[in-house]
Amino acid sequence: MNAGLLRELVAAQADGRDVVLATRLSDGVQELVDAEATSYRLVPGGNASADGPVAGALRTGVPTTVETTEGDVFLRPYIRPPRLIIVGAVHIAQALVPMATIAGFQVTVLDPREGFATPERFPDARVVIEWPDDVIGTLAPDRRTGIVALTHDPRIDDPALIAALRSEAFYIGALGSRKTQGARRERLAEAGFSAESVERIHGPVGLPIGARTPEEIAVAVLAQVIGALRAG
Amino acid sequence: MERDSTHRNVDPVLAQALEWVEQGRRVALATVTRTWGSAPRRAGSHMAITERGDFAGSVSGGCIEGAVIRTALEVIETGAPRTLEFGVTNEMAWEVGLACGGTVHLLVEPVANREA
Repeated sequence: MNAGLLRELVAAQADGRDVVLATRLSDGVQELVDAEATSYRLVPGGNASADGPVAGALRTGVPTTVETTEGDVFLRPYIRPPRLIIVGAVHIAQALVPMATIAGFQVTVLDPREGFATPERFPDARVVIEWPDDVIGTLAPDRRTGIVALTHDPRIDDPALIAALRSEAFYIGALGSRKTQGARRERLAEAGFSAESVERIHGPVGLPIGARTPEEIAVAVLAQVIGALRAG
Repeated sequence: MERDSTHRNVDPVLAQALEWVEQGRRVALATVTRTWGSAPRRAGSHMAITERGDFAGSVSGGCIEGAVIRTALEVIETGAPRTLEFGVTNEMAWEVGLACGGTVHLLVEPVANREA
């Protein structure tokens, strides 16, 4: 690798551009490509917009080695981190933000209540003091975005979940007992969502590890989010 | 308002490698290209090594880093990339003590401190 290519690779990551570094293992010849590239020197026919290996690497973030007539080519994708949108600047969120950040998520906390969403309570997270239905559309959740609603307040959680259900988010979770979840399912059905659609919501939220404290619940939630990310 | 923490997206090992290169250090980059079994670091993991043997990142649970550093120093000298394989069936693995099991394939390449 020459220094110019390394600089280009670091710049692409800093700019949030998804790229793949292709390396022919026999001689170290390299090429940096993105989804817009239409032809590759090292991977013949590996068009990113088609169902080729470069497109697969960009989609999953998983490196792969492809065989070519010129020898094996290693494809190393560098893609933006998965996002986690946390609705509710509550105690669980205070634990979940640092944990999810360490696990590699880019975390955003939404809460319309100014007293909750303070920089003092969330020194490391991006905190947005808005109603979730206003903001979630702007955040444009995609297949690499998870959304978890933690306020317990249907006036905040429900609009967030409705916006989440309209997106391709890989994970949707909502705090609340089975009884709360049942009532929520009914409200969402009234809002026009099919039972199948509402089934996307994980609730009660988190893996069943008997979590009791806010910190333990954060562990259970993060484990479930990672499970959904890796299953997809 | 889309992002406020883009610097976090940069692989810290690549950032370190670039910093070293810009300081005029001679650097090699090791990358896990393939793993089988219980290899602790996934394909794509990086380790950057300088001519003085300083390193950042990891390519295993600590069992093959010594051998990778030795190879990196050679790669820095010769300027030619090399591939390495460590596994429980590989004699070199016993030599370096691949106690963690599994098989690891690596690419060790020089970072040429000149523009292409």
